[in-house]
Amino acid sequence: MTIVLFLLPAIVLFALLVLAPIALATYSSVFKWNGFGLFPTNFIGLDNFTRLLGDEIFLGDLSRGLVLIVFSVLIQLPLALAIALLLNQRMRGRAVYRLIFFMPYVLSEVITAVLFTMILSPERGLANELLGLIGLEELESTFLSEPSTVMYSLFIVMTWKYFGFHMILYLAGRQSIPNELLEAAQIDGATTWKVFRHVTLPLMGPTIRITIFLSVIGTIQLFDMVYVLTGGGPVHASETMGVTMYEFGFKRFQVGYASAISVVMFLLSLVFAIGYQRFVMRRDTEGAITNMRGKR
Amino acid sequence: MSFTRRGVVTLAASALLLAGCGSGESEAPAASGSAAAAEEKVTVEWWHIQNIEPMAPVWDAMAKEYMAAHPNVTIKVTPLENEAFKAKMTTVAQSGESPDIYQTWGGGVLQQQADAGIAKDITADIAPWADTITPAAAAAYKLDGKTYGVPYDIGMVGFWYNKALFTKAGITAPPATWTEFIEDVKKLKAAGITPLSLAGKAKWPGHYYWAYLAMRVAGLDALKQAAASKSFENPDFITAGQKLKELSDLKPFQNGFLGANYDTPDGQAATMGNSKAAMELMGQWAPTVQKDTSKDLGEDLGFFPFPMVEGGKGSATDAFGGGGGFAVGADAPPAAVDFLKFILSPENHRKEIGTGAILPVIKGTEDAVSSRTGKMVAETLAQATDFQLYLDQAYPPAVGQQVNDSVAELIAGTKSPEEIVKAITETAQSE
Repeated sequence: MTIVLFLLPAIVLFALLVLAPIALATYSSVFKWNGFGLFPTNFIGLDNFTRLLGDEIFLGDLSRGLVLIVFSVLIQLPLALAIALLLNQRMRGRAVYRLIFFMPYVLSEVITAVLFTMILSPERGLANELLGLIGLEELESTFLSEPSTVMYSLFIVMTWKYFGFHMILYLAGRQSIPNELLEAAQIDGATTWKVFRHVTLPLMGPTIRITIFLSVIGTIQLFDMVYVLTGGGPVHASETMGVTMYEFGFKRFQVGYASAISVVMFLLSLVFAIGYQRFVMRRDTEGAITNMRGKR
Repeated sequence: MSFTRRGVVTLAASALLLAGCGSGESEAPAASGSAAAAEEKVTVEWWHIQNIEPMAPVWDAMAKEYMAAHPNVTIKVTPLENEAFKAKMTTVAQSGESPDIYQTWGGGVLQQQADAGIAKDITADIAPWADTITPAAAAAYKLDGKTYGVPYDIGMVGFWYNKALFTKAGITAPPATWTEFIEDVKKLKAAGITPLSLAGKAKWPGHYYWAYLAMRVAGLDALKQAAASKSFENPDFITAGQKLKELSDLKPFQNGFLGANYDTPDGQAATMGNSKAAMELMGQWAPTVQKDTSKDLGEDLGFFPFPMVEGGKGSATDAFGGGGGFAVGADAPPAAVDFLKFILSPENHRKEIGTGAILPVIKGTEDAVSSRTGKMVAETLAQATDFQLYLDQAYPPAVGQQVNDSVAELIAGTKSPEEIVKAITETAQSE
């Protein structure tokens, strides 16, 4: 009884702020609704979803999301790992470097995006000015205005903002490895690379798996930064599911269709989260679950 | 993501609070009886988008003046930034509640609000003073013979040009036909001057080109007909697209225009104000925004109407644009309409025009326009034979946004004139 009593506030909040919106969005997603009035009335079944699957912008969102995920996992995370390992060495000003690299993560997405629209501005942006100063005029570009380059620019901004976060996680993961193990490997004659490959990396596995997880979920839900940085443009070249959803919900007043997009985003995240935890993070979560069972 | 979600929750919460206050107040007088109607305390919730100088203080002062004269009325003024207003309006609309007086541009969006019972039919309420408003300005707010709003500003879109740059390129007079216009663009390019400044990221400035070309080639009736029949499959609209493609193929826009905003320090207005481009197709507010974001071109800034297209069905004097108006919420007290009458009295309207940010909508106040650029627009507008509201306001929102999107794709070269007409038709039919 007391358990119920103490859980009640949390459950009410969770139901009101998490479950209810999910239910409402799912409900609206099977209606054709412009968002006016309390509840939708024009039931159209799964039409919104079939329309979604034929929408080239939405299909583009999916492939662009995939590209960002691949880039994040193959470039952003290894970069964060390398810097984390470097900053784990004994060196002068280590704390200062850690602070500097972590700082971008503290900024809000919107501020980051506004900052970079200024830096990457074609006429008076810092990036082009710097390139001109060091004699690399031919690299000057209209970074965010070119459908062919905008995704790279977006990825660079994302990396700038998020690698610090992953770096801190990796640092924590690295520091939880007892030095005895590394020493033992060195005494056995392992080279630096071998120590990294066969001792450090496997022991950091749980941390790496969780950062991949966070990175993928974050990319599926990516909205604020893209919306402010490029608005999804030029001509949809950097649009994400979140931006498409916003465009349809708040600009075109097709709230039913926008809800369908949000339901797909939710399902993608859910399926990925369950699948990933079930198959990839199984060993990492196993301990926690057995413990709980044991106590009960 | 979490930022937005939190925002929405806050909005929803405040909407709930507002709803709570509203119902509480409306029940109170019912209990006390209608005899005390004159003393009845009412609150008028007013959302406007003149959140910056020079209009914000003018509205504030008028609200204060009205409250002083009517002690029982409290006017709660909420100035909002344009995009913030639209997002907030969407949220409150879902709760079926609306502010008592709020910004509107008329057309398809207002129609949706009227259909949903959020905007009030004020035809009878404003009847005593309705004919003080100029008909061209009032048209956008009349839907099926009923009036759902009143204008406070009207204007039109046209080409703003830099006279000094035109002279430098050897152009003596502004172009009157599309052929001359294309020739002038070529001359400017040859002289090393960027002919046009455009905000590709914002999308709405681009739709002006297609809309004007469609008006000139197909005529105003064709645009109205297309909306009614939900079909834009008209060869004239394809011709309009081809003319625009002819222009964009010349690469007349500034470097990186696809990522440019309208009113940022490196946006369309600033490019124009800094003399880095010779022309921009923009509404009556263009000089103000140029000044705000960069420099005032002063005497160098000229205005000419969109050129006529040879062989087109539309007239060269048909104007395209819009202004701003106020709609009245369904549950608004009578004081709301009375307040609108107050701010639109000739005397008060002159004060508004005096700021230079507003053009006359009340008959007999035309002489209050003092700025040189304001006069140029007002004169062209006075000669207008017919008037077309911005397509992204005249049409239902989904169709309007599709026009903006499609025209952006046409200008960027990713879609053909035929494809965009098809895409707009598909969206119109899905509505």
